[in-house]
Amino acid sequence: MDQILFTIALILMLVASCGFVAFIIVQKKRIFSVSYRVLEVGFAFHTVFLIHNWSTLGILPVLGLKSALSSFAWFITLVYFIFHKRFGLMVLGSFVTPFVAVMMILYAMAPGTELIIKPALKSAWLWIHVLTVFAGDGMFVITFMASIMYLMQERQIKKKFHGSIYSRLPSLESLDAINRSSLIYGFCFLTIGLITGALYAQFAMGSYWQWDPKEVWSMITWLAYAVLLHGRLAVGWRGEKAALLSIACFIVLLFAFIGGGLLFSSYHSFSSLIGGTGS
Amino acid sequence: MISIINIGMNHESAPVEFRECLAKDPENVSYALDFIRDSDHLREGFFLSTCNRVEVFCICDDPESARQVLVDMLSRLSNMPEENLIPNLYFFQGVEAVKHIFRVAASLDSMIVGEPQILGQIKDAYRQTVSESHTSGVVLNRLMHRAFHVAKRVKTETGISQAAVSISYAAVELAKKIFYDLKDKKILLIGAGEMAELAATHLISNGITSLTVANRSFERALNVAEKFNGKAVLWEEIETSLLEGDIVITSTASTEYVVVYDTLKGLLKKRRNRPIFFIDIAVPRDVDPKINDLGNVYLYDIDDLKDIVEENSEQRRQEAVKAERIIAEEVIRFGNWLQTLEIVPTIAALKEKAESIRKTEIQKSLSSLGDLTPSQIEAIEILTLSLTDKIFNDPVLVLKQKAGSKSKDNYLNITRELFNLDKEMDN
Repeated sequence: MDQILFTIALILMLVASCGFVAFIIVQKKRIFSVSYRVLEVGFAFHTVFLIHNWSTLGILPVLGLKSALSSFAWFITLVYFIFHKRFGLMVLGSFVTPFVAVMMILYAMAPGTELIIKPALKSAWLWIHVLTVFAGDGMFVITFMASIMYLMQERQIKKKFHGSIYSRLPSLESLDAINRSSLIYGFCFLTIGLITGALYAQFAMGSYWQWDPKEVWSMITWLAYAVLLHGRLAVGWRGEKAALLSIACFIVLLFAFIGGGLLFSSYHSFSSLIGGTGS
Repeated sequence: MISIINIGMNHESAPVEFRECLAKDPENVSYALDFIRDSDHLREGFFLSTCNRVEVFCICDDPESARQVLVDMLSRLSNMPEENLIPNLYFFQGVEAVKHIFRVAASLDSMIVGEPQILGQIKDAYRQTVSESHTSGVVLNRLMHRAFHVAKRVKTETGISQAAVSISYAAVELAKKIFYDLKDKKILLIGAGEMAELAATHLISNGITSLTVANRSFERALNVAEKFNGKAVLWEEIETSLLEGDIVITSTASTEYVVVYDTLKGLLKKRRNRPIFFIDIAVPRDVDPKINDLGNVYLYDIDDLKDIVEENSEQRRQEAVKAERIIAEEVIRFGNWLQTLEIVPTIAALKEKAESIRKTEIQKSLSSLGDLTPSQIEAIEILTLSLTDKIFNDPVLVLKQKAGSKSKDNYLNITRELFNLDKEMDN
């Protein structure tokens, strides 16, 4: 059942991504609106899939790297919808949806099963921790995409070479505004995520901070984004500099997300949390 | 036989002095429309007058006399004798006239091909025709709606309206790619040449309201500032003005750079790195080309802009071919429709429709009636034939009576709609 739901969601996501990419090439509004509808339906299936997993596992499917990929993909889509409503930039989807589609394919290919947590560790703090971290990371994906789009567009304007990308991308100022606003929201969510994580650690393990590799990398990520945000708000960084730093921060974040889960052994890397495997 | 005629003048057919004579007075439009309504030679009419063109489209029975009447009207409107006026006018008739209105609406006939204002102007003029003067009828209504449809097709199916083909237009397009919203941006003019004014005019028509002028002659600066509702500053104040401005247009005769790298670099931090766009249309250049390397600073000089314009013109020529194909298609479609607005083909279509309904229904019934004798079949044939004949007899008679009257087009149009005779031709 959940397999079918996910497959439908994945197929719809792939169709929507192809549609969005086709839209950027041929510039037909119809293709965009159809793709957007497809994306909405796919998102609905994905949502049902997650709820179904939740009810069979008893917890949100977010603990293993595999399930984290799927939930993260869902969050990025959600954040994309919000930013689309807010800024109405049609090309954003052409950059974000392929990224999401790749995450979903990785999920489908990744080995492993859904993990269940030891009942002793269940707590509302855990949900808030996980959800806010995901929301924050989803925002940072948008920051990252807007930065790439910014650099592409600025290059065209500075080099005075106006290729096909030039007419398809929005103005520098709007890309910078998306970068800024997703950065601010992402940082707020990440901060709440880290604080609730610490509180949860105190509740579950009796210590706020354990120098666990994932904790350390999350802190490094947080600090990197903190420097960027400070630079933007207080010093007045913007444009190319802000875009390059956003990309650097995102690489740190990816490392924390994937590396933290795979490379190091820690209680965040799921072996110590597991109370059994789900079906 | 109805005919569509068009008389007009545009930037190619007439110099600006002539176009001014007709365009200056808004009263002209009502006068022209009243004239058309009251004339016995004209059945329907549309009058458009903008600063770059005048167009009259009329539906008439006798093109020659209609043309004479319209030239007379234009001559009275412009206070110009006919013999001076005629060399500056163009005349189209029939499909050529249809093609012309389609080209005008799609902005292929504009001075700046692809500029979007003309369609809005035609729509406004048509609205006035419909609601105030009531000079539009079946043919004109259809013609105008097809023209709007063509304009939309050309816009969505070709890239003709996308590329900027004048330098000031190109500058505006660039500004739109740097800034999200031009409304809250500030222009700084350094030097006040004619080109700079033109660029400023374009930017202002795109929503910018704030403008500052710096010029070596303060008096000239004041004059230009007044023209744009802006403010004038002294030459020495340029540096402080650069803190405020977002779009800087330089056009001085100075042989040295007016905006130098080091000064600007020092200002950027105080501007909090807000983007600044330099348009340097001076020769020799006013802005140090090196500043393009600074972050959030964008510099285009006159050659850069010319390159864009040239590239765009080439692109536009290619797109124009596509647009002409769309127009050719639509002209043929309209011509086909126009031909149906005659009594004989309409009656023929009506009878054809009746006959085809009769045949299909007989086919259906015969199979369920079982074995019939030849005489029974013949009786059915006669019965159905006389039924359809009787039903269509009155409509056909009415149409024949209307052959010579003014309301003929209306009757034909309604008939075609009621009996759905044009199904395959719409869309």
